Amino acid sequence: MYKIVRKKELNPTVTQMEILAPLVANKALPGQFIILRVDDEGERIPLTVAGTDPKEGTVKIIFQIVGETTLRLNHKQEGEEIADFVGPLGRPTETEGIKKVCIVGGGVGCAIALPVAEEFHRLGAEVTSIIGFRSIDLLILEDEFKACSDRLIVMSDDGSYGRHGNVTVPLKEMLEAGEKFDLVLAIGPGVMMKFTVLTCKPFGVPCRVSMNPIMIDGTGMCGGCRLTLVRDGKRITKFACVDGPEFDGYEVDFDEAMSRGRMYFPYERHAYDEACNLFKQA
Amino acid sequence: MALNPKKNAMPSQEPQVRAHNFNEVALGYTRELALDEAARCLNCKNKPCVAGCPVNIDIPGFIMKVKEEDFEGAYQVINKTSSLPAVCGRVCPQETQCESKCTMGIKFEPVGIGRLERYVADWHNANATGKAQAPAPNGHKVAIVGAGPSGLTCAGDLAKKGYHVSIFEALHKAGGVLVYGIPEFRLPKAIVAKEVETLKELGVDVNTNVVIGKTLTIDELFEAGYEAVFVGSGAGLPNFMNIPGEHFKGVYSANEFLTRSNLMKAYLDDPRTPIMKGGKVIVVGGGNVAMDAARTALRLGAEEVSIVYRRSMEELPARREEVEHAEEEGIVFRLLQNPVEILGFNNPENPRDERNGFVRGMRVIKMELGEPDEKGRRRPVPIPGSEYELEADTVVIAIGTSPNPLIKDTTKGLEVNRHGGIVVNEDGLTSREGVYAGGDAVTGAATVISAMGAGKVAAAAIDEYLSKK
Repeated sequence: MYKIVRKKELNPTVTQMEILAPLVANKALPGQFIILRVDDEGERIPLTVAGTDPKEGTVKIIFQIVGETTLRLNHKQEGEEIADFVGPLGRPTETEGIKKVCIVGGGVGCAIALPVAEEFHRLGAEVTSIIGFRSIDLLILEDEFKACSDRLIVMSDDGSYGRHGNVTVPLKEMLEAGEKFDLVLAIGPGVMMKFTVLTCKPFGVPCRVSMNPIMIDGTGMCGGCRLTLVRDGKRITKFACVDGPEFDGYEVDFDEAMSRGRMYFPYERHAYDEACNLFKQA
Repeated sequence: MALNPKKNAMPSQEPQVRAHNFNEVALGYTRELALDEAARCLNCKNKPCVAGCPVNIDIPGFIMKVKEEDFEGAYQVINKTSSLPAVCGRVCPQETQCESKCTMGIKFEPVGIGRLERYVADWHNANATGKAQAPAPNGHKVAIVGAGPSGLTCAGDLAKKGYHVSIFEALHKAGGVLVYGIPEFRLPKAIVAKEVETLKELGVDVNTNVVIGKTLTIDELFEAGYEAVFVGSGAGLPNFMNIPGEHFKGVYSANEFLTRSNLMKAYLDDPRTPIMKGGKVIVVGGGNVAMDAARTALRLGAEEVSIVYRRSMEELPARREEVEHAEEEGIVFRLLQNPVEILGFNNPENPRDERNGFVRGMRVIKMELGEPDEKGRRRPVPIPGSEYELEADTVVIAIGTSPNPLIKDTTKGLEVNRHGGIVVNEDGLTSREGVYAGGDAVTGAATVISAMGAGKVAAAAIDEYLSKK
């Protein structure tokens, strides 16, 4: 069992938890993820590591309440325990040789982008962060990004905070103005990452993306997290859990990945509603 | 008394009934059947059956105890060399191992050794009281990577010798393929749990949620004071056919399909882990895993399940018994056929159509058997112009796995072959001192009992290695 040491609501739909898991805290690097189960009957869900405190032995996770499992997780309180917590899984972000980086985070993806931005900052790279949200109510981690970025641009889709528009707008302006990034790293919804890649393409700037497909074991056994890369015109199957989660954005078949991500939508909606009703009655 | 020339049949659930439930298919011998079957054993001098058993169970020895109605005594004979009798009695391919060597089998049907083993193990689990006794510790620490058949066997053998054994398992539950792969109707999970419990009584630590190669490395295990490590990390990533359409929603690897149903209990009503079920299901492949996937799909409520296999029934690698069970239950065998493309739904009028991107069928080509290949199996050759379409709502691909890279990538000096399997000598020793390996991580996908045999060999070698230290 793994204890919830701290819990904090970042906005009405996004929660941060610090979980006691010393072995994971000791090893996890930015870009890696964990898999958890809330209780004994629960499903296994992957969440990217949002930070660690190896001294205390805790791992920070940030999740959006989108389905039954995250709803159940959000119902757990500080001091309570969850059944399983395993990791760190996947490969960490590759930081070598990167002197100037642009981190593009979308929505709850910003929670994953933050430790990566912090790591580049710690390594002495020049960090530009562009973080985008639908609206001011959903804004998270602004202060944290400010602390590790040489330049921070906050975007909102509805203009309720920061600049009006999506994250590709300032990225395109910077690239057009002749900014040279060693790497643009996009982390967020599939469609956001897809358009970040398209924005980068005319400028030939390297662009990596962090994929978050449906997973079960997360250790290279089930193959559920497979996605397709297109390399030299050939389609190659890769597994996000052991080959990723970060991939060369120019190679990823986003449309396929987004379609696969919706495989269980009707089921998930139903399960979420049922769990909601259960909690309402309780 | 005249000997019964035929093996006593295994009482089973009726096919029409069992096709709709996940309860165990084979019900097990009654006491009378067990005694009658045991009476068929000639207790011959040269005991060829023992040599046919990968873990060399004293087969006539335990059967003689059954004859005497000393079932606990029979269990103790088996338990001397096998850690998982209730499992082996169910999933071992006895027909190609012990029973294929049986002297009775020369003229008649061989003795039902597997069925007797199962009877004895089930009798013990139902009747034995008292816990397994942990022996006096010998002061040595051994780490086991993976709680599957090879790891559990290795752990059991070493624990019985007084070693302090810790198992590290990546998943949340111990058992490996016995819990994620083999379905409930062939191997009830309560039986696996019981075997794991027995190991714990022997003093074995079972640490779930630890991925060796990620959470800890093999080098860190040595730093933590373990003097030897056994790697039984199992088969790895599923193979795909690399044909168009494998990304469509509703295409599963057998590992994923079975893991969802078995480990994550998607077969129960109102599961937390979803699975696609119902409609028409096509399973590609002809091994035991393909049979398990097909029979699982049927029980989940599919209206039609078929197996697509590129060779003929004769070459089908699954156990005969599993194939017969599948046929009785109504699984359709589409033999000498090979998929060329998986077809998906696409409504050009409406990009938001919910069905878009889901499987709708499979294009297959008919095959004929040509010249034998280097293994002597006749190579299937496509018949030009014979392609046609099958309807499908779900496709399960069961064509094998490739080794998992996590341990190889994080263990310096660990030699692997060109398929990625860990290289070992006849004792299970790898290219690293003190590191042993066995099971699918070495051989690629094989059987539970061969993995157990490898775990056993490695346990003996580890004992010898550490006794000298």
